[in-house]
This record gives sequence, C-alpha cells and structure tokens, in this order.
Amino acid sequence: MSGGHTTYTPTTGIGRWFDSRMPLPRLMHDSFVSYPTPRNLNYAYTFGGILSVMLIVQIVTGIVLAMHYTASTLLAFDSVEKIMRDVNSGWLLRYLHSNGASMFFVAVFIHIFRGLYYGSYKAPRELLWILGCIILLLMMAAGFMGYVLPWGQMSFWGATVITGFFTAIPLAGEWVQQLLLGGFAVDNPTLNRFFSLHYLLPFMIAGVVVLHVWALHVTGQTNPTGIEVKSKTDTVPFTPYATVKDALGMVVFFLMYAYFVFYLPNYLGHADNYIVANPLKTPAHIVPEWYFLPFYAILRAITFNIGPIDSKLGGVLAMFGAIAVLFFVPWLDTSKVKSAAYRPWYKLFFWLFVINSIFLGWLGSRPAEGAYVIMSQLSTLYYFGFFLVVMPVLGLVETPRRLPNSITEAVLAKNHGSAAAHPAGAAAAPETKA
Amino acid sequence: MSANETAEPTRRDFLYIATGMAGAVGVAGLAWPFIDQMRPDASTLALATVDVDVSNIEPGMSITAKWRGKPIFIRNRTEAEVAEANNVALADLKDPIARNANLPADAQATDIDRSAGEGKENWIVMVGSCTHLGCVPLGQSGDFGGWFCPCHGSHYDTAGRVRKGPAPENLPVPTFEFISDTTVRIG
Repeated sequence: MSGGHTTYTPTTGIGRWFDSRMPLPRLMHDSFVSYPTPRNLNYAYTFGGILSVMLIVQIVTGIVLAMHYTASTLLAFDSVEKIMRDVNSGWLLRYLHSNGASMFFVAVFIHIFRGLYYGSYKAPRELLWILGCIILLLMMAAGFMGYVLPWGQMSFWGATVITGFFTAIPLAGEWVQQLLLGGFAVDNPTLNRFFSLHYLLPFMIAGVVVLHVWALHVTGQTNPTGIEVKSKTDTVPFTPYATVKDALGMVVFFLMYAYFVFYLPNYLGHADNYIVANPLKTPAHIVPEWYFLPFYAILRAITFNIGPIDSKLGGVLAMFGAIAVLFFVPWLDTSKVKSAAYRPWYKLFFWLFVINSIFLGWLGSRPAEGAYVIMSQLSTLYYFGFFLVVMPVLGLVETPRRLPNSITEAVLAKNHGSAAAHPAGAAAAPETKA
Repeated sequence: MSANETAEPTRRDFLYIATGMAGAVGVAGLAWPFIDQMRPDASTLALATVDVDVSNIEPGMSITAKWRGKPIFIRNRTEAEVAEANNVALADLKDPIARNANLPADAQATDIDRSAGEGKENWIVMVGSCTHLGCVPLGQSGDFGGWFCPCHGSHYDTAGRVRKGPAPENLPVPTFEFISDTTVRIG
C-alpha cells in the first residue's frame, strides 16, 4: 500500500500462480512484513494491534453467544441466565464478551490519548484521525446496544434515558424517539432491533478499520519524535520488530483482561442488571457503563438554560459535542510541532486533560447533586477549553524545544545520554535494534 | 461510438436521463418502507386505550396503571394537596403550560387544568415518565411534596408541575375521561 517498498517474491509455484491472478499474499506481505515502521515506536503504539485483536475477540464470542440468546422481552433475561448456568462454558464466553467490551474501551482510550500526545492527527493524517473518530462512535453505539440485550434493570433504564436524548430535538424529537423505539416506550420491538444492529455494527467497525489501516499505510506511522521518516535508517521492517513488540504488549494486556474475566467478572458491571427489567420501577441510581461516564457527567453538567436552548437540549448537545469536537482536532491544533515531547506547555495541559477526563468519569458515577454538579461544570469547562482554547492558542504562543534533525539522531542521542536510567513504564525508545 | 458529437440530444442522452430519474425515484420509493417499518406497528398502536377501576382509591392513595408501555399515575389527592397546588402563582412555575391532552395546547398550568376538571379536582392522571429523560418519578417525595425523579433530580409539585431540576416540562396529562364514577378510560 505505501508505494515502492514491495519486496515480495513468491518462491513456490502456487505463490506465483496466486500473485499473477490476485496478489493478496503480496498485499499482506507488504502491509505486515516488509512494511517500514519508525525505529523508535514505543509501547503506546501497540494499542492499534491490540484493538484489532479485541475486535476479533468480540466478534467471535458474540457470534457464539447469539446462538444461545433469545431477543424477546419474555425470554432475553432467562436466556442470558441459561448461558451462565446451563450452556457449556457459557459463563466464560459471556464474561469474555462483557469484559471484552470494557477492555476494548480501555485500549481505545489509551490509543486516542496516544494520538493526542504525539500529535498523530496532524497533516497529512487528518483523515486517518477522522476515521478513528467514526470507529469510536460506532463502538459506543455497539456498546450501548449490547448492554440492553440482557434485559436487566440497567439495560431497560439505560435504553430509556439514552433514547430520551432524542426527545430534546426540537419539533421532531418525539417522532424520532418513536422511530428508534418502535413504540411509545422501550419494549419488544426495541430489543429486537437493538439485537439486529448490535450484530451488524461490529462488521461496520471492521470495514472502517480497513479504511483506517489503509490510510495509516499511505501516510506511514507517526512516532514519539513527531518527525517524519526521512531515510532508510529511520525505519525497521514491521516483521519482526513491530510484530514482536505488538505481541508482547498484547500478552500483557491480555493478562489484565484475564484477571478481570476470572477474578472480577462483574466488577465493571452493575448489580441492578441482574434484576429483570421492570418498566414501572426505576432503579434508585441509574449509571451507564463506566466507559460512558465522562460523557454522562458532561450531559448532567448543563443544568441551566443557554439563551433559547433549554437545559435538556443543552446537555445533549454538550454530550454529543464532546465527541464531535474530536473530529476538528486536526484544525484546532495550530502548532507546527507534532509531539508533546518537544512542547513543554502542551505536555502539561495534556496531562491535566487526562486527569480531568478520569475525574469526569468519577463525577459521572456520583449522584447529580450539590458540589458534584459544580465540579462537573468546571470539569466540562476544562474538557472543552482544552480543545477550543488551549489547542489553538498554545500553538501560537508556545516556544517548542529544539527538534532533532531525524529519528535516527534522536534515537542515538537518547542512547548516549541515559541508557541506564530508563524508568520501566516510560516512553522509552527501543534500544539499538539497527 | 462517438458518432453523436452534435448539439442535438441523442437517444442515448434521453435514455441516460430517463434511466437516472427512474433510478432515483425508485431508490427513494424503496427506502421509505425500510424507514417506515421502524415506526410503532399495528399491535403497538392497538393498545391505545385502557380502562382502570378507581373505586378503591381513597383520598391520599395512588395507583400506577400501564398504558402504551409507560406508567400512568392516577392519584386521589387530599384537600391539603389541592390547596397547596392552588396556592402557587403561575409566575413561579418553570413550565406555565398545562400539558393536558384534553385541553387546548396553550391552557395554563393552573391546578384545575392539571386535574380531572370541575367536580373532580381531587383526581390527577399523568404519564409517570419524567420529562427529562424518561425515568419513573417517586410519588410523594421531593421538595414540593409531589413527585421526585431519582435519576437526575427533578422535583414536581402535587399537581405534577416541574418546580426544580433539569426536566423542561410538567408531567403530561394523557387523553382520559371518567366513563363512570369509578372507571377511568386512558387514551
């Protein structure tokens, strides 16, 4: 895909036969074996690979679960319990799938923060970044619909609250909500269509992932210095270097995943979802899945009317705006320097943004009252301030540190300086591989 | 192939445009059933009315009926509750509209227009679905002695009018009538 580096030479007769008819093996070889990657990629760059594998895990476990699940309000809850108790290894498959969703989001959040830290969204990678934002939206839709399927109390009331967002749309709101629900409240038609879409969305994600990787292989990867690849000494072949690094990162990630599956399978869920859905009784405390909590906090932070926009519509707009703003990041950041490693002020604001996002998540899990509301409002202000004020202004006023001339120079300078003093988890460049 | 480099429209031009038009209309026509099937179906719409026996509801008691998959609060209010609701000035209300499907759309949110009307002021019938995001409010709680939504903290008074919190509107009063002294027909 990235032109001119193809080194594939089929050695067998069958290989040559394929290559002259449909060169799929050549495409695979050029994309995942000989593909040149920057020599200084660190472990933050392994999450793309981890995410691809998590998508496969979710699709495989999901297809199997669908063989035992029944999408009917009368049977859904019981069929999930049947999976847990009667189906052979059903408990394992369900826990892999439900915790897999959480791990998927852990990985995607790290992947996005990595992109923000190293300026991966900047020209010429804007489209690559936007495709990633689309994947995030599809993941959120899939995660939300999947959580409705067990038909517990949180399923039902989560679906009620989230489809309720659409009633905030002026004039057409009620009509749109009824179109989504297939009725006047969350009921059997809703469950059926959510199941159908929950099965569809992962394949749509897979399609956009192909575009995402295609765009990546046209522009090439960024790297911790943010300097583009200039010469052959700046890169190493994808296999074995990136393959092995990705694989090691994946094993460590999967250890954490397995820890949750086997020791804390319900830690990230909610006990109320083991009570069957009851349309006449709302649980005392509705909380979405943890990965939606920061956005939920932003929704609830808007308790005041803004001009003609009432607080309800304002909250919904702010919540969708929190995702929409990501699409514009390539143009909001005015700095010419990509990597935060050379931007002392951006680095500070970036880490504040990370802490603030985690704080928003915590606030989303608290009841919407008293001091929590004020804190959510301040935290929401910083969330948007980071994108709409810090990014454009900092690029104009900040003095970046001196950039090395090339990736090779940066790597060699680092190895001379502090080879022994690398902290274990830090953004360490791979040691002399070339 | 390119024998038709004249300004005159050719048969191919005509067929090209006609086919394109037919295709566009066809796609639009075919798209509609795919959207239309998502709307509430006949069996959902068929559940449009329910009759509820209210003969056993003494003052100060409520029941929750189910209509169109949503809870309907039917409350026989005490005199104190009615008086309390009557004492509120319309200017103090967050939403001054009655939101009563039995009255004109611009009716004011006075207590009488929120209730079942003349002679039945003690009865109030409302969709028990918070106008914020659709949770079921808890009865006889909150700062105004009416309903309180536990999800995002909206407070409603004894006439089901929103007084505090993120909910934008009063709890809606559905279309209903007393078909006898003891039976309410909703829908």
